[in-house]
Order: sequence, then C-alpha cells, then structure tokens
Amino acid sequence: MGELDPYLIPALDGVAYGLLLFVVAAGLVLSFGVAGILNLAHGTLYAIGAYVAAWLADGGWAAVPLALVAGVVAAAAAGTALAGLLTPVRRGDHLTQALLTFGLALAGGSLLVSAFGPDDLPVRVPAALDRPIDLAGHSYAAYRLVFIVVAAVIAVGLYLAVTRTRAGMLVRAAVDDPQMVACLGVNPTRVRVGVLAVSGALAGLAGVLGAPIIGPGPTTAATVLLLSLVVVVLGGLNSVGGTLLAALAVGEIQTLGVALLPTAAPFLLYAAMALILAARAQGLLRRWSTA
Amino acid sequence: MKRLLLVPAVAFAAALPWLVDDYTTATLARLLVLGLVGVSVALLTGVTGLPTLGQTAPFAAGAYAAAQLGLHDVANEPVRLLAAAGVGAAFALLTAPLVVYARGVIVLMITLAIGELAITVASRWKSVTGGTDGLIAAPTLDTDRARYLYTLAVVVVLVALVLLALRSPAGLLLRASRDDEARMRASGHPVTAYLTGAYAAAGGIAGVGGALLVTTQQYVSPADFSFDTAALLLLGVVIGGAGSMLGAAAGTAFVFAARDWLSGLLPGHAPLLLGALFVVTAYLLPRGVAGFDWRRLGRAARAASPGAMRRRNQEA
Repeated sequence: MGELDPYLIPALDGVAYGLLLFVVAAGLVLSFGVAGILNLAHGTLYAIGAYVAAWLADGGWAAVPLALVAGVVAAAAAGTALAGLLTPVRRGDHLTQALLTFGLALAGGSLLVSAFGPDDLPVRVPAALDRPIDLAGHSYAAYRLVFIVVAAVIAVGLYLAVTRTRAGMLVRAAVDDPQMVACLGVNPTRVRVGVLAVSGALAGLAGVLGAPIIGPGPTTAATVLLLSLVVVVLGGLNSVGGTLLAALAVGEIQTLGVALLPTAAPFLLYAAMALILAARAQGLLRRWSTA
Repeated sequence: MKRLLLVPAVAFAAALPWLVDDYTTATLARLLVLGLVGVSVALLTGVTGLPTLGQTAPFAAGAYAAAQLGLHDVANEPVRLLAAAGVGAAFALLTAPLVVYARGVIVLMITLAIGELAITVASRWKSVTGGTDGLIAAPTLDTDRARYLYTLAVVVVLVALVLLALRSPAGLLLRASRDDEARMRASGHPVTAYLTGAYAAAGGIAGVGGALLVTTQQYVSPADFSFDTAALLLLGVVIGGAGSMLGAAAGTAFVFAARDWLSGLLPGHAPLLLGALFVVTAYLLPRGVAGFDWRRLGRAARAASPGAMRRRNQEA
C-alpha cells in the first residue's frame, strides 16, 4: 500500500472530476442520442449553473438549495429556449445545428462575461465543508468528498430513471427508433423540448455542484464542452454505464494520469478518443445515423 | 458570367496594397491565408462529405515545417512551400486511416481530437515548435506589400488548381462518392482511396497555408491553431457555402475579419455579435451564401421572419 500512497489523492480527485463530467455528459448524451442535436452550447449551460452558484453562494447552508434551484431552473430554461430556437433546423442537419449552437454559445458566453466580469469567480462553499479533513493520513477537501457522494447518488438516480421509469423507456425507445415512437402517439416535439430541458437541467445541476471544482470563468464553457464531448464519444451512446465508465476514465486521466505520466497524459485523452472512434466507426455509424 | 467577374476581383485584390496602409495589408494577407485553409476545409466538408474540425493540424504542421526551414537559413520561398505542402499531406496520410472510414458527425469528433492532439504536440515539443512561446521566423520578403502580393499569387494559383481539379473527373468521383457511396462501391470504385486522396490533398493545401502564415506574420505559436480557429474555419465555410470553394474562402476570410474588426470596434462584445451573426446565418442561409438562390430572397426573408417562425413553431 505504501507506494500507492502518493496517488490516493489524485485518484480520489479523479473520481470527483469523473462524476462531475458524468453528470454534464449525461445531458449531452440525451440531447444527441435522443433529440439528434449536436449541442455545442452545452458547456455554456454548465457555465450558467456555475455562475449562479458563485453569485448566490455566501458560505451559509441556506444558499445551497437556493443556488441549486436557481441554477437548475436557469439552465433548464436556457435548454428549453435552445429547443425552440433549433425547431426550424432539420433533424440530422448537424452542420447547421453546430453553426447555430456555437453562435449561441459565443453570444451566451459574452453575455455571462458582461454580467459577471472577465475573471474566474471564486465559489464559497458552506463553512462546514470549507476545510480539509483527515483521510488515511492525507488531508482532503471536505467538499470534494461530499461532492463524490452526492454525484454518486445522482448517477444512481439517473440510471434508475433511464432503466425503470416510463420516461426513461421513452428515451431509450427514441434512441433506437424515433419514428416508431412517433407512430405510437408520442409527440416528437414534446420529446425534443423535454429532452433539451432535462439536458439543460443536468448541465445546470453539474454547474452548481461542480463550481468549486471547475469554477465559472470565460474558458469554463469550452473546457466543459470539450471534455464532455470526449466522454460522450468514449462512452458510446447506448448506455448510462458506458458514459459513467468513460467519464471516470477521463477524470482519472486528467488527475491520476497527470501525476503518474506527466508527459504522456495530455496526449492520452484525445489519442484514446481518436483511436476508439476510428476503430468503432462502422459500428457507431449505424447507431449514430439513426440518432 | 460568374467566372468573368473573377478577373476584376483578382485585379482589385492585387491593387489593394496601394490603396490601404501597411497594417491593413498585413491583416489582409493573413485573411488570405485563412481563406486558403478554409478552401481545404470546404474540400473535405462540402465536396468529400467529411466535415472537419481538424484542418488546423496540417496547417500547424506546414507552419512549423516552414518556420524550421527558416531557422536553418532556407530563405527560398518555393522550397518552403513545397516542404510545407509535403509535410501537410504526409500528416494527412498518416491520420487518414482514422478519418476515411467514418462519416458525418463522427468525422467531426475524430478530427476535433486530431486537432487537439496537434495543439498539444505543438505546445509541448519545445525543441521543434518553441512551445507556447512560439517561433520567430526571419522575414523572407521585405515589405508588407511584397508579402501580401506573394500570398495572393500562391492562393489564387492554388484555388484555381482546386477549381480545375473539381471540374475534372476526379471532382465528379468525389461528389458521386459523397452522394451515393453504396452505388459507387457497387460499381467497383475504391471510394476509400478517393477519400484518402482528397484528405491528403486538403492536408497539402492546409500545409501551404501554414507556410504562408509564417511568411505573412513571421511568427507562429500554438495559439494560431486553437479550437477557436478550427471552429471559426468550419463556421466560415458553412457561412460561405461548403459546396463552393470561392464561397468558402470568402466566408472564412469574412468571419476572421469580422472577429478582428469587431474586437477593435467594441472591445469585449465581439463574441456576442459574432455569435449573433452565426445564428442569423443558420436561419437565413442554411446552405451558405454561395448556395443561396438570390431570386428567392424576398420569399426566404418572409419565411424566416419572427412571425413566420412563430407560426411554424405552433404548427409543429
């Protein structure tokens, strides 16, 4: 155990980072897999949540539920607005979607910077969590431990929602065969708007909870978007489990990987992404062309 | 008719350095370079059907090759151009197996990864690239005017070559592979080989763009090839019309010009206006400026008006 000791903290950080990415990427999987929308503004939805957290959090407990509700509602509203704006764009026309959502991301990012200033904002967590605690001889930020627990609960909740509820069944059905779902009398527009609202809510939730980890700033949206795209690609689009594994892997590469292999780690992420995509291009193609 | 208009357009472009100041001339030269890279993006995105976010990678490879030659006292511009084209094409051939078997959004993701890898290499391989500090290359041409005219000449020749190639049977084969791949394969055409060829050619063009970038700004750093650049290249091509090489070159140059001009005009608000421009383009010109039927302007404007869109939303 002795020689593993220095890597305990980066590994734990990787779990926190990975779970954070999972919650963001789950939203991206939903919008791409179910609604067929390549949403390049997804990172901006995260940034909305993170800015709301930085704005409302004052170090007290009362601000936590307030920031959660406000951040989730704001990002879900932005996701719904996105669904409305994307309505005239043909399904599957990913280039126009990219143009539109990237434009919205640019404009939204600019508005956020005008509203909150050009600097990275500090985020105050409740005082009880804003201290290191002792963990097997290491001191570790209490907030991150709590975050790992909360994010794990969210992950389990998402898994149950997708596999056990009627809405989750609809979502899975819409990934496999959107036309059949429409034939069964489910309004595709409602599915789209609902999916983008939930996708926004997940990004906002991740933004509020993750603000102390990936904080709000001018580059937040791009960072989160790129990392969650990598997660979506590595995890495929077929399972919550795949996305979770990919998110944890990316999280560990970003933390443990940097500690273990400082020269190779920066390449690992995108090399893995390119290789896996190329290797599975044929299999993915069939799935993605229907998505 | 359209082709006849090109002659005065090129003549006007050649006369521009005598009409504007040196700073503007240097800026225009840089826009020409980005327009050329935009052509390579359009060749893949529009003609070949491989939408790409990764042409910044061969662009960077060509730029660093040219800058290295400059550091080793190779001041001969044609040698640099050929070397950069070779390095860009070789880079494309190396990465082709990752790209040519995929289609659509997956290509977008793979090329995004390739572009990000290239930036990572550029900022870490300090002995060759100078890391994030970048490389300074000694000027080969003395004045901004000479650099601009040289860039213009290379870009015009290359774009003309691309246009000729696309009018030849080779262009027909590429478009046919894009539109009905299964039928092409059934008739015995090696579609994968065609795509590889187009991808390598686009890499070579982007590589030349890299050499020209070094010539025009005498400096190269990883910031020149960031994700922002890749995204703006793709969006410029979509705005100009991915199916038209000239539209793509103009669209790319316009997008980068708008970004630089707006950030000078309204510091801090450039992304807002640029974003609004993208949004408006997505609604008004789904096939880009070059793909637009101007006679239908009135009808399209009415159809895209807020009132019409609201009606369509209610119907949907």
